Amino acid sequence: MSKSNTILYLDGVSVSFDGFRAINNLSLVLDKGEMRAIIGPNGAGKTTMMDIVTGKTRPDQGEVFFDGQVDLTKHDEAEIAMMGIGRKFQKPTVFESHTIEENLMLALKGPRSIFPALFHRRSVAEARQIDDILGIIRLGDKRDELAANLSHGQKQWLEIGMLLAQDPKLLLVDEPVAGMTDAETEETARLLRDIARDHSVIVVEHDMHFVRELGVKVTCLHEGSVLSEGSLDFVSADERVVEVYLGR
Amino acid sequence: MITGRFFAAGADRRIAITIFILLAAAIIVPPLNLAVSPASAFYVPSYIVALTGKYLCYALLALALDLVWGYCGILSLGHGAFFALGGYAMGMYLMRQIGSRGVYGNPLLPDFMVFLNYKELPWFWYGFDHFWFAAIMVLAVPGLLAFVFGWFAFRSRVTGVYLSIITQAMTYALLLAFFRNDMGFGGNNGLTDFKDILGFNVQADATRSALFAASAITLALAVFVTWAIVGSKYGKLLMAVRDAESRTRFLGWRAENVKLFAFTVSAVMAGIAGALYVPQVGIINPGEFEPSNSIEVVVWAAVGGRGTIVGPIIGALLVNAGKSWFTGVLPEFWLFALGGLFVAVTLFLPKGIIGMWDSWRGNAKAMRAASIAEEAGTDPDVPPAKIVRSAARTPGDWSASGPEPQPAE
Repeated sequence: MSKSNTILYLDGVSVSFDGFRAINNLSLVLDKGEMRAIIGPNGAGKTTMMDIVTGKTRPDQGEVFFDGQVDLTKHDEAEIAMMGIGRKFQKPTVFESHTIEENLMLALKGPRSIFPALFHRRSVAEARQIDDILGIIRLGDKRDELAANLSHGQKQWLEIGMLLAQDPKLLLVDEPVAGMTDAETEETARLLRDIARDHSVIVVEHDMHFVRELGVKVTCLHEGSVLSEGSLDFVSADERVVEVYLGR
Repeated sequence: MITGRFFAAGADRRIAITIFILLAAAIIVPPLNLAVSPASAFYVPSYIVALTGKYLCYALLALALDLVWGYCGILSLGHGAFFALGGYAMGMYLMRQIGSRGVYGNPLLPDFMVFLNYKELPWFWYGFDHFWFAAIMVLAVPGLLAFVFGWFAFRSRVTGVYLSIITQAMTYALLLAFFRNDMGFGGNNGLTDFKDILGFNVQADATRSALFAASAITLALAVFVTWAIVGSKYGKLLMAVRDAESRTRFLGWRAENVKLFAFTVSAVMAGIAGALYVPQVGIINPGEFEPSNSIEVVVWAAVGGRGTIVGPIIGALLVNAGKSWFTGVLPEFWLFALGGLFVAVTLFLPKGIIGMWDSWRGNAKAMRAASIAEEAGTDPDVPPAKIVRSAARTPGDWSASGPEPQPAE
């Protein structure tokens, strides 16, 4: 397989924790600009895969390449984030004691060292970017509210907004619609499709309705490796997927 | 959203008032002690000046701890070590100022070195004849120790109670080291019997008043610096690291550097506090490294209200005033009172005196509204039926959404 023109390239990746193989010879390739949905039962290794890509977990073996040439196993979280991989956690993780606007300000692309932050003054361009993102995630009227006071769904959006502020090349989005209403779920699908126009995206989700809304290629993981890959209809017709995940 | 702004405005006003009071005290108290006749009602006795001067140093130490504990969640149980190191640096300067006026009259060596049969001045005492050199060491020694300690601790991602334990071990190790006579810092007895500071008699009322004023002004400055740090983007980041460290990492920030900077600045502040403390109390000995001292600092900050700049100062002043009074009346019960105070504050005033004050004031209403919204865990726009569905899908996931620090998976 050629690595060129891929944004993310995993080949033969394995990792085990205390003898438990969380990821087992996983190979997965994401083309530039592609959006991919990843489904799979609990414990299939979806979150562990994201941990490996973002540098939180080191794989025992296998290759992990970003943008065709960067070996991600040699970098830590902050470096990988600066290269352009953004991640939304399964449980929405925002800075609860800060306002929405401050959350976005901390996420905004820019220098990441201490002294510039100490003497930072918000520029007009930054203010405009924050306004844009607030518009996209529909939290414009709550910009001065503490993130702790947001509903669960709104926190999810704020976290997606923080990803956008980071302006990554690749977004890893873990269960973005957990705890959302149907209307919010549809809205989120639309938002992610918009984002996918100029970003590569991996979405992990259980909600099949939502995955259908996204209308993209689906990868089903099971016991740490790829069980099936293709369109949603293809994957959900796969006998083995039905067996382990969808249920009869 | 109004809460946020009002709160911020309230906090700023509070900072301004604190700085004003400290500067006013620095200007008014010395003349009231020196120029007013002891018979006058406005006379401030010398012992009060000395005592409050000491308390102000403690307040500065509590403020230093608050920067790391209140704003970054680093519970240091070893901040007394930085205080003591700053104190020792100042003590060494004061020792050198004694010159040949010591008991043994040795022009080259301090008394304890003569007593311990030192033949010559150890190399690390060089330079301490000069005030400027000692002043640099007051900043550099605690700062460097904190930098090296923090570099290893934060890089290895030691957090929480483990970090607290190793800070405690650090101060204990220094305690044992400074107790040794061959360390060259006076061993058990420490450094004492000071005569002059910058050519003025340390015992004189005028010098004491000047030291009081210096402490008040330094504390005012530290309040301003802390306020500026906390209000900057870096300050927001500091709190972000406290609340969701891994989120900051995945945004590309180096959480270890964020912590290291705050820890080092805080240690330098603690060192300055120690340096101002020593000439006012006239002695520095290894007892200052005692782990219980560092824990007491945590109690001050907790009583006043951590994460508020003014709180730890108020806490330090009140607890120490209480200590002075209590140890006079019922000396054997002081430690029980202190322990009880800490338990009571943790249980009944988790946000300290300042937090209690805030909830008494007009904020109470807004905070109640916020907490109701939080308990419901929902926004009026969201139909509650949906929440039930999502709860069933990811059990226990959405319900945990308090403003408490939340570890990312």
